[in-house]
Amino acid sequence: MIEFKNVSKVYPNGTVGLNNINIKINPGDFVVIVGLSGAGKSTFLRSINRLHEISEGDILIGDRSITKAWGKSLLNIRREIGMIFQNFNLVKRSTVLRNVLSGRVGYHSTIRTLLGLFPKEDVQLALDALETVNIKEKAYNRADELSGGQQQRVSIARAIAQEAKIILADEPVASLDPYTTTQVMDYLKKINQEMGITTVVNLHFVDLARQYATRIIGIRAGEIVFDGPVEEATDEVFSQIYGREIKKDELLGETT
Amino acid sequence: MEAMRIRRMARIKKTVTFLIIIALVWISIVQTGFSLSTILTGLPNMRSLIDEMFPPDWSYFSSITEPMLATIRMAVLGTTFGAIFAIPVALLASRNVAKIPVVYQIARFIMNLIRTVPELLLAALFVPIFGIGEVSGILAISVFSFGIIAKLLYESIEAIDPGPLEAMTAVGANKVQWIFYGVVPQVVAHFMSYTLYSFEINVRAAAVLGYVGAGGIGLTLNNALSFYQYDRVLTIILYTFLVVLLIDLISNRIREKLI
Repeated sequence: MIEFKNVSKVYPNGTVGLNNINIKINPGDFVVIVGLSGAGKSTFLRSINRLHEISEGDILIGDRSITKAWGKSLLNIRREIGMIFQNFNLVKRSTVLRNVLSGRVGYHSTIRTLLGLFPKEDVQLALDALETVNIKEKAYNRADELSGGQQQRVSIARAIAQEAKIILADEPVASLDPYTTTQVMDYLKKINQEMGITTVVNLHFVDLARQYATRIIGIRAGEIVFDGPVEEATDEVFSQIYGREIKKDELLGETT
Repeated sequence: MEAMRIRRMARIKKTVTFLIIIALVWISIVQTGFSLSTILTGLPNMRSLIDEMFPPDWSYFSSITEPMLATIRMAVLGTTFGAIFAIPVALLASRNVAKIPVVYQIARFIMNLIRTVPELLLAALFVPIFGIGEVSGILAISVFSFGIIAKLLYESIEAIDPGPLEAMTAVGANKVQWIFYGVVPQVVAHFMSYTLYSFEINVRAAAVLGYVGAGGIGLTLNNALSFYQYDRVLTIILYTFLVVLLIDLISNRIREKLI
């Protein structure tokens, strides 16, 4: 469970990123965060694993406060939260397998990981994770030999190998074409359902949000303006979140 | 009106810059006592020097192989030590790794300070401390290549893709793991290339260091010169030229493959 308690974030230049957010995300949820760019979606997501620091309030992961955690305990909370990025964030010069194994470093001693001495079970875990996203045959290729969609699948495998209980995905399909977009979203949905991983995704495609989410949270100017099951997220609701009519480029179109 | 004024200003600026350069060159000529006649009166000397150099002393080749190898050894060891010490300092000097301004400012200051000292001066400092011989030369080359490699490496580190770093933070890696999985794979090829580049420079530098007593072929060259054995001098020059050429060639090939 992820819980936000009176969370606010003010950037040094005075911009309000989040304004007094109170919300609970339940285990196994597939939550899609929607809102205009700059509304605070990314700030919201990145404060969950503390890639961004918040100014006020408290964020709980399970029963532990990540806001108050430091040192080893912060690393231990982070190790249970996988993250998928818009630009995949793989090390391009490393192999696919090494990229997936990098998700395991939090479980081992520094010296062991520096020497690359991962236990057999870890390598198996990484290969299985690659199998889950159907890209095991590329395990020994360099990451930059893969297409964008394939790289994003590898980054999903990294989160799986991490044995994450939560996956955060920040615009995971923004740099992909419509076909690979559906593929990547399908894999996210699959691991959410089969492994029960709580998934929080930032999306700006309205129809994609409707297709995959079980719950939609609308953010506008750092505040939650909608929070409910996908059935309640009507066109009027989206117009309200966006502060205007839905534009054509906010619909993915052909795949729905 | 405005356009004309800007154009006139630009012209004045050009003229002034040109005049300043002329003045600087002229002052330098006067101060050094440089004149064309010096060069002209030197020409006959050059003629006799060349006469004395030819033919080179071919038999001397075999006896300078040992000092030549010593020169290369000095360069190999100096480059290796310099490269090893460059790694932590380059990491500390990089804003995206060290994060804390005080840390990277200090690291950069040390780096820049060391870079201002020419290697010949370093060798001249080390010879009285560690004695005449290769050890002083190796130390001088270590410090010198540290300066080159640390500077180039830190610039590469600052230019890496921040994405993998963010990803490593997100998986809960500690700082050392973060560096080894996020930073190292992105710069390791650059590091090798800079080390080789520094090695090329060091072979040339090592050839001169003997002049201040820091071992290697320079010591032999100095002896030959002081005994007016110009045929041997030419042999040494040719040998050095060949070795440097060969090393540059090989090193360049490898560096092309690396990046």
